[in-house]
Amino acid sequence: MVTYREAMRQAIREALTRDDRAFLMGEDVGRYGGCYAVSLGLLEEFGPERIRDTPLSESAFVGAGIGAALNGMRPIVEIMTVNFSLLALDQIVNNAATLSYMSGGQFNVPLVIRMTTGAGRQLGAQHSHSLEGWYAHIPGLRALAPATLEDARGMLWPALQDPDPVIIFEHGTLYNIEGELADDAGPVDINTAAVRRPGDDVTIITYGGTMRTGLGAAEQLAGSGVSAEVIDLRCLRPLDTATIVSSVARTHRAVIVDEGWRTGSLAAEVSARIMEEVFYDLDAPVARVCSAEVPMPYAKHLEDAAIPQVADVVAAVQMLGG
Amino acid sequence: MGDFTMPSLGADMEAGTIAQWLVKPGDEVHRGGIVAVVETEKSTMEVEIFESGVIDELLVHEGESVPVGTVLAHVTTRTAEAVTAAPPPPPPSGPLPPPVVSPVVRRLAERSGVDLAVLSGSGLGGTVTRADVERAAQPTGDEGARPEWALGRAGPRSSPLARRLAAELGVDLSALRGSGPHGSVVERDVRLAVEVRPDETPPAPVAPEDRQAAMRRAIGALMARSKREIPHYYLSTTIDLTAPAAWLEQTNLERPITGRLIMSVLLLKATALAVKAVPEMNGFMGGGTFASSEAVHVGVAVSLRTGGVIAPAIHNVDQLTLDELMTGLKDLVGRARTGVLRTSEMSDPTITVTNLGELGVETVFGVIYPPQVALVGFGRVTERAWARDGMLGVHPCVTATLSADHRVSDGHRGGRFLAEIDRLLQEPGKL
Repeated sequence: MVTYREAMRQAIREALTRDDRAFLMGEDVGRYGGCYAVSLGLLEEFGPERIRDTPLSESAFVGAGIGAALNGMRPIVEIMTVNFSLLALDQIVNNAATLSYMSGGQFNVPLVIRMTTGAGRQLGAQHSHSLEGWYAHIPGLRALAPATLEDARGMLWPALQDPDPVIIFEHGTLYNIEGELADDAGPVDINTAAVRRPGDDVTIITYGGTMRTGLGAAEQLAGSGVSAEVIDLRCLRPLDTATIVSSVARTHRAVIVDEGWRTGSLAAEVSARIMEEVFYDLDAPVARVCSAEVPMPYAKHLEDAAIPQVADVVAAVQMLGG
Repeated sequence: MGDFTMPSLGADMEAGTIAQWLVKPGDEVHRGGIVAVVETEKSTMEVEIFESGVIDELLVHEGESVPVGTVLAHVTTRTAEAVTAAPPPPPPSGPLPPPVVSPVVRRLAERSGVDLAVLSGSGLGGTVTRADVERAAQPTGDEGARPEWALGRAGPRSSPLARRLAAELGVDLSALRGSGPHGSVVERDVRLAVEVRPDETPPAPVAPEDRQAAMRRAIGALMARSKREIPHYYLSTTIDLTAPAAWLEQTNLERPITGRLIMSVLLLKATALAVKAVPEMNGFMGGGTFASSEAVHVGVAVSLRTGGVIAPAIHNVDQLTLDELMTGLKDLVGRARTGVLRTSEMSDPTITVTNLGELGVETVFGVIYPPQVALVGFGRVTERAWARDGMLGVHPCVTATLSADHRVSDGHRGGRFLAEIDRLLQEPGKL
């Protein structure tokens, strides 16, 4: 049995072992072993040259990562949470995402930025938001959301091979999930969405932290005779529209579960694509289950109430039934 | 403001019941338009309004009975509105002053061939604006200028899939009642409508004068299909109605006339509850297999004045109180007879009940309405010499019959079903 955290560590170990241009840097990734203990032990294994603690300046160390990538390295930059990544937004959006375009393809930025996202651990509004949708908005970036052990283990290597910057969102509630991971588990594809549970009556579209919520809802719905298909988007940019629409064309109903806020959300984008591509196959309006439009509360019961829960998804599906 | 009152639809009419409103507050009405269906002791009639305007408020609910002359709705009339509106400014006397026009607008007018002298300006101080010129340059008739798809579409709310399917299968969406979110017509409503429509009936719409003939033809086709496909078996039993009749009399004594129950309601409810014990009477036969239905939607056979019979459904009869069922029955029969019924109501009964008692018939062996699998018939309630507990007495009795599909059940189960109806009727307070 391994945890999501260990799977991610294996991925970093593989990257550093296979490619000596690869290195990890970020706040507390070295001596402390990473804020979420992902890199625990890697400093001892690879040394301070390749596991680098950085000052508390997201803009500086992301900028340094971009520079290293431009110069031929394969940096893996860890940002503690997506909230803090906003300090480096200029570096990511104005520099990393644009340089290849602005140089006519002469300069690539093969950078990988890993960051924790999401709520559910009582860390308060400044550590708990889901801003994946913001990054999924930016051309020039690839955005990934590993929700399974296989994806945690397998997405980093292909991300490093991508000539463009890739952001990997690790949902904070996933680090402790445990499961079997094949010994030969390795790189996975980072282009397509995956059907995590097949079904016929409704498509529940999820990603990252909401995948298990969607599966829980599907399980519960099966008890009342509703067969729900659960899709894990996996790759948030570019979106795998084909998998989404071929499912909805079959089930005729869609519920999107997104821990981001509803307004201007990734869920809104998915909903719009469904409308554009398979409008005439819809038998009910597309439904969304998103986070309440408030800064994420600290108190447990309020936080639970603010983020999508299994019961919310079940209720949304039942609404579509009429 | 005008009042729409309960009309006198005959010299001896004292009161009428609003069977159905065909308008709601905010709707525009025109003199001569049908706005409500009114039920009297004698008949059910569509009632027209004699004013044009906008319905302001409905004062009498559906199902409510009120004396002739009672105000049923307030109508804001056109003329009233015109009076309250500010009078138009008096036309200026003498020759019109030349319109004030900016150079840009003048050039636009020249380019689009609009004569500025005939335009009245809508801008500040009567200035002719760019919009005035553009409007004048447009072909006449606003409606004509709009593309067909922008003109809106009548009919019920429906899902895109339902609309597409309806177009493919030739189903008239406006005739369906939606079961989807917010009452929208969804895929299953369209499919059900198709399933029930006999394949022999031409889907083309029929002219009103042909409607009677078309209905006769449709009934014929459906019944022929039933007799051809369904191996019917028939059972009959006589049920002693002493207990329910007594209960009904006692209950109705305490009620106002409008709230009274009739025996048909007890018979319907007992039938709906009895399928719980014998579920193979309730559901649909499709593709060679029977699917029993969790819900019990009882089709009630209603004969039409113009000839023909239809059996629209009252939904979830097993869960309705007797009062709700009474209301539902009145409403349904009223609408069925006035032809304001939606065909969808015919599409989803799970079992049918026919009650020819009012015509004096004692026993009715019905023909099953495909794809249903059972039909229960009740004859006239008559007083009969009836032996009970070793005593001969005069009891109100009814003959209950069952026509059932032999592919789904056998006589033994059918008998159990009729016995269950009898048992339920003996405890009318529990219905």
